[in-house]
Amino acid sequence: MDFINQNILSLILFSPLLAALVVLLLPGQNKDLTRRVAFALSLVPLVFTLIAWFGFGAAPEVDGFRMQEQHVWFPAINASYHLGIDGLSLSMVLLTVILTPLAILASFNVDDKVKAYMALFLALETGMLGVFLSLDLLLFFVFWEIGLVPMYFLIDQWGSKGGERQLWNGIKMPSRRYAAFKFMVYTMAGSLGLLAAIQMLGVVSGSFDLLALYQSWPALTGTLFGYEIGTVKAVAFWAFAVAFAIKVPIWPFHTWLPDAHTEAPTAGSMILAGVLLKLGAYGFLRLVLPLYPEQAQQYAPVLAALATAAIIFGAFSAFAQTDFKRLVAYSSVNHMGFVVLGIAAAAFAAGTESANIAVNGAVLQMFNHGISAAAMFFMVGIIYERTHTRNLEEWGGLFAIVPVFGALLILSSMASLGLPGLNGFVSEFLVVRGTWPIFTFYTALSMLGLLFTGAYILKGIAKTLHGPLNEKWRVAEGQAGHFEDVTRRELLVLSPLVVLMLWLGIWPAWLLDVINQAMLKIFG
Amino acid sequence: MTTEILIWLIPLPPLLAFFLILLFTRRNNALSHTVGVAAAAISWLLGMLVFMAALGVDHFGEHVFASAINWLPLADGFLSIGVMIDPLSAIVLFFVNWTVLMIFIYSIGYHNFGQPKGDHDHPGLPPHGAKDAKHPGHTVPSVEPMYARFFAFIALFAFGMYTLVVSDNLLTLFVGWEIMGLCSYLLIGFWYAKPSARDAAMKAFMTTRIGDVFMLLGIVALYAATGTLNFRDILYNAEVLDMLAHSPSFIGGLSLAGLISILLFIGTVGKSAQWPLHVWLPDAMEGPTPVSAMIHAATMVSAGIYMVLRMFPLISAGWHHGELTTAMTIMAFIGAFTALFAATIAVAQRDIKRVLAYSTISQLGYMIAALGIGAYVAAAFHLVTHAFFKALLFLGSGSVIHGVEHGVLHTGDHKVDPQDMFNMGGLKDKMPITFWTFLIGGLALSGFPLLTSGFWSKDEILADAFAHGHFAVFIVLALAALLTAFYTMRQITLTFLGKPRTKEAEHASENVPAMTVPLVVLSVFAVAAGWVGIPEHFPLIGGLLPNWFHHFLGGALLEHPSAVDFNWIPLIVSLVVALGGLGLGYLVYRNAGQTDPLRKALGPVYTLLENKYYFDELYQRIFVKPAQAFSENFSYRFLDGVVIDGLLHRAARGAMGLGLIFRNKFEGPVIDYAADLLARITQAVGRLLRILQTGQVQQYLLWVALVVFGGFFYYLLNILQ
Repeated sequence: MDFINQNILSLILFSPLLAALVVLLLPGQNKDLTRRVAFALSLVPLVFTLIAWFGFGAAPEVDGFRMQEQHVWFPAINASYHLGIDGLSLSMVLLTVILTPLAILASFNVDDKVKAYMALFLALETGMLGVFLSLDLLLFFVFWEIGLVPMYFLIDQWGSKGGERQLWNGIKMPSRRYAAFKFMVYTMAGSLGLLAAIQMLGVVSGSFDLLALYQSWPALTGTLFGYEIGTVKAVAFWAFAVAFAIKVPIWPFHTWLPDAHTEAPTAGSMILAGVLLKLGAYGFLRLVLPLYPEQAQQYAPVLAALATAAIIFGAFSAFAQTDFKRLVAYSSVNHMGFVVLGIAAAAFAAGTESANIAVNGAVLQMFNHGISAAAMFFMVGIIYERTHTRNLEEWGGLFAIVPVFGALLILSSMASLGLPGLNGFVSEFLVVRGTWPIFTFYTALSMLGLLFTGAYILKGIAKTLHGPLNEKWRVAEGQAGHFEDVTRRELLVLSPLVVLMLWLGIWPAWLLDVINQAMLKIFG
Repeated sequence: MTTEILIWLIPLPPLLAFFLILLFTRRNNALSHTVGVAAAAISWLLGMLVFMAALGVDHFGEHVFASAINWLPLADGFLSIGVMIDPLSAIVLFFVNWTVLMIFIYSIGYHNFGQPKGDHDHPGLPPHGAKDAKHPGHTVPSVEPMYARFFAFIALFAFGMYTLVVSDNLLTLFVGWEIMGLCSYLLIGFWYAKPSARDAAMKAFMTTRIGDVFMLLGIVALYAATGTLNFRDILYNAEVLDMLAHSPSFIGGLSLAGLISILLFIGTVGKSAQWPLHVWLPDAMEGPTPVSAMIHAATMVSAGIYMVLRMFPLISAGWHHGELTTAMTIMAFIGAFTALFAATIAVAQRDIKRVLAYSTISQLGYMIAALGIGAYVAAAFHLVTHAFFKALLFLGSGSVIHGVEHGVLHTGDHKVDPQDMFNMGGLKDKMPITFWTFLIGGLALSGFPLLTSGFWSKDEILADAFAHGHFAVFIVLALAALLTAFYTMRQITLTFLGKPRTKEAEHASENVPAMTVPLVVLSVFAVAAGWVGIPEHFPLIGGLLPNWFHHFLGGALLEHPSAVDFNWIPLIVSLVVALGGLGLGYLVYRNAGQTDPLRKALGPVYTLLENKYYFDELYQRIFVKPAQAFSENFSYRFLDGVVIDGLLHRAARGAMGLGLIFRNKFEGPVIDYAADLLARITQAVGRLLRILQTGQVQQYLLWVALVVFGGFFYYLLNILQ
């Protein structure tokens, strides 16, 4: 027990990687066994996280972080293996370890290169967890990049088949390759600046340790490399901000997302929307705002404007879609806009009550969006698997054939829309409440996006479930083309998500309390 | 304390019923409606107990029932939520209780419980009737294919309304408000396979959502300004109200109170279907009739009025019986305008439910106008009486339609629209209970003097407008009252009086007790609900019964509103318009055929009214189509596709071009030589490595993982040393 308690974060972090290894080393080509083992092992980090969750309050707190582990890593440049959690990272870790098993369970229908698929998923989990757990900038960056690779392969190898993307001069490219490439290169492009800025911070401060940097870097005055420190900081700020902005993604860096989501396999989209997008927002909260409070405040209005653009254009573009998966993908742009809006408000007026409420809402929205976006992508996956199309125009009236699916789709859609009583509302309300006194104009403007959230959500439901039944799908049982309602496995994937939607909608205090305490620490 | 627990419990039975039906009993119709009705009955009982308890408290307005718990941990404190029953919510609870229970019971009959399953019935479409087993060749009504689901949905609806009523704060009120929005969407689109129902459901949701987003802003603005959303802390607190009334907002000239009031009021404009957001309500008739009653009387639209009634102290903050506040002026204008505007449309509708829909809009306009001129008690009074008689009328119209559907099944001519009043006539004798109760409801709506509740509440609004010198409002409302009486009598005459105009109407028949009993119960209230609010100085009968309503409800406000002095002029006007309208309606329509006599008389004006002033077409053209075009062409294709991705692709092209230059100019001549040498070595190594390179991703991964782990263990070893 002592060993577990002292290394709990490392156990959470590396158990998925270990699981990946086990999956790879499984003897034989029994696909079913591979799936089951992968799923069972993916529950291990969940168990460790629950242990951490319940031990969190009792664990001693040092500089705002609990359960810290620090070991020598690169002593020459003062980078260490330093892990630690606060309420912010804990809630994100929880989200990750909940969604990964569900994504694996959702992928039981993947039949191609199962071992590699499952191993990549588990490796991806370690990458994501590492970002949330690292308290060392270099370590952070390493995990940040590690997360990219598995996702690239998942999209490129297991993505949707068919479809071509026109580039220039008539050059064409398979859609999923295009999407995977765009995802990879775009994020890497952002990472370049991030890496450079991290190096600079490390060199100037003589340490990559976040706790040390929190103290020294914002307080730095004078000149650096012959420039005013403010200028240097502003440049570094933008290097950080752009890297994270691409990941979130903040408008106008968002166009990789609809492509990646649309082409990724169902479970890939679940994780991509559920967790990977949160890495960007997490970067803002963990690094940008605490390290560059002045610059963040100075540029917060820009951030708020872009967030508002994401909310509005995200909603409009979602409304324009005929591909259901693309519609859901754009809904992520729209919803993550609220996260960024909350963050911008917190950056602008750190320390005020409204800022606290806004950033609480933003973090809760990260969690909530993870839940409902994963559910939505899975719902799309279910119907795609049965009808082999994602085109909204080809469905219609399916409610009569698949009533349980219909009910769950409506529920997830409503959670995504932010219906009061379900999770999304609480966080959106808090963000709107928090930003109203700070960015009144942008908050008011973002209501246009909220209105059109309704439009695209209803469009999705109406075109899928409602209206006259498309006769193509009226196939008697036993004949080719007939399809069943939601299966037990699918229900198993959805039920934890549904429970969380209701639970967080009705009683979010258990999570919000953890978040709130962290936000009070970070933003006073 | 015990009463507070009862209040907490009120919304729960319907919520429980919703889950029970959906999860467990959905395959069993009898069990499902038992669960639904039982839940409504329990809530009814709890509500009645609370109401009785409220009656037993002296100065109830000062000693309300309230209880709260901490909900959201925020910053250093909590956002708490809770329940509260004060005079206003007690009264609303009373009518919601009764109407909801009646609607639940009525639904059993309306959805043909106990009838056989239809031969051609599909989920998502209304039942088409089934072959009669006993009488070959006959068709009988068939049971609704989604019977259980209906009860689940209206149970959730009731939950939303109860949540809204018992809330002690704006946030949970908004929760109930939005849950009702979802339910109205689900229920208007209950027969989802009908494109018209699907579209109506979306229209209802989207139109009310326009109001909702403004309301949300109002809520956060209020929260930001006062640090709380609790009604008592804000509305029963002179200090806070004064502060809000005297702090300027960012919009020039408006006080904070004014801005917040207007934002919240826009929510009501959507929910209570006021002009210009009225368009969804008539289309909402696509839902089953009990739903119409639920939306139009018991819950949704009443919720909108309830909210502004609740916020009245804020809306009127800074009003000292002289000049109206900005928010009040806006409300008076929109309310009065809507009252008249909707009444004119109602005159030219053929569909029995659509007439009622426009009449609802118009009557809600009355209440808004009343609040706008500060007639708080009168507005609430009209809300209560209207809820009863409008629920009665809707259920009655459902009964009529159901009866005529019998006729349609009998003749087998499905082209005959059973909702078109011009296909009816003479139903008085076929459906006596429906007729008499509908007549009572209709007279109450018209404000038939003395007997009906509608008279007392409408008269009070007119009297108040007159007494305080709001003559424009007075005249507009009086005109609307005239039209109301007229179209109501038109409706009664066309439907029930005269001779049947079609075979279907000839074969219409009265409905089962599950449908008629609720009609009788509601008609009692449609009459008697008015007696609790008879002005004290009314000629002859004034003072016989105490004006209980005024005293009781007045206590909900910090400053008790004073009753207006009696004046003959508004009374006479109110008598003239009610009786005149009714008489005129009868005269014009008593011998009507299949066309409307007014069509000739009014000419193009009639066409304009018939088409609802073309608002649907207008909105389609100036909002819906442009929004679609904007999203598809601008936001998606142009902005994302051409501009942003165009830039990205250009950058990618540039990078590729740069790469080519490097390859041709630098790499070839300079590096290749060195590289050739290197290549040979590499080749040799490559041959060795080929053993590893099987082309299988698993294998690669294995190597990756091994390397990672090698590093990991190396580091572990380091620590251990």
